[in-house]
Amino acid sequence: MTEFLLGAAGFVLLTVAIGLIRVLGGPGNVDRTMAVQLLGTGGIAALLLVAAATGVRGAEDVALGLALLAAFASVAFVNSAAPEDDREAGRANE
Amino acid sequence: MNTAIDIFTVVAICAGAAFFMAGSVGLLRFPDSLTRLHALTKADNLGLGLIVLGLLPQADSLLGGLKLVAVWLLVQLASATVAQLIAQALRHRGRGT
Repeated sequence: MTEFLLGAAGFVLLTVAIGLIRVLGGPGNVDRTMAVQLLGTGGIAALLLVAAATGVRGAEDVALGLALLAAFASVAFVNSAAPEDDREAGRANE
Repeated sequence: MNTAIDIFTVVAICAGAAFFMAGSVGLLRFPDSLTRLHALTKADNLGLGLIVLGLLPQADSLLGGLKLVAVWLLVQLASATVAQLIAQALRHRGRGT
């Protein structure tokens, strides 16, 4: 059973690697953000599988942290890509 | 009984991994950013949900199982909001240029 779990974790990481090709070729920054989101979710799935297979303590907590960070990475991108008028509005009321 | 649980786990995790593959292929093959966003967010969530479902019987304690479900719920909420944010950024980008 553990070999199957580790194999599944490897397969998920393989799919994440395929998704990262989009990061290289991605026409826009938005596609790169999506690939990072895919990396986050795939990483979480692989972590959970490895945690179940090897029984390492705390791997689920790492997966929980990765889930949080992946969300923040995308939010940071969206904020940085805010159009001029929002940023001007922000500066106006400072 | 134990083999039934193992079979269930194997089937659920295979389905989850298949959805992950579908999400990644969708991310590569789809022509437009918005369709890629759709494919990525939905397929990954389902893939992770199935993998968590498959891992639940393997969890050693109730707390472990609850933690797995908590991770899945957080990813569910996070990617739902992120998908909306990215779509909005795309729409602003579309109108801005």
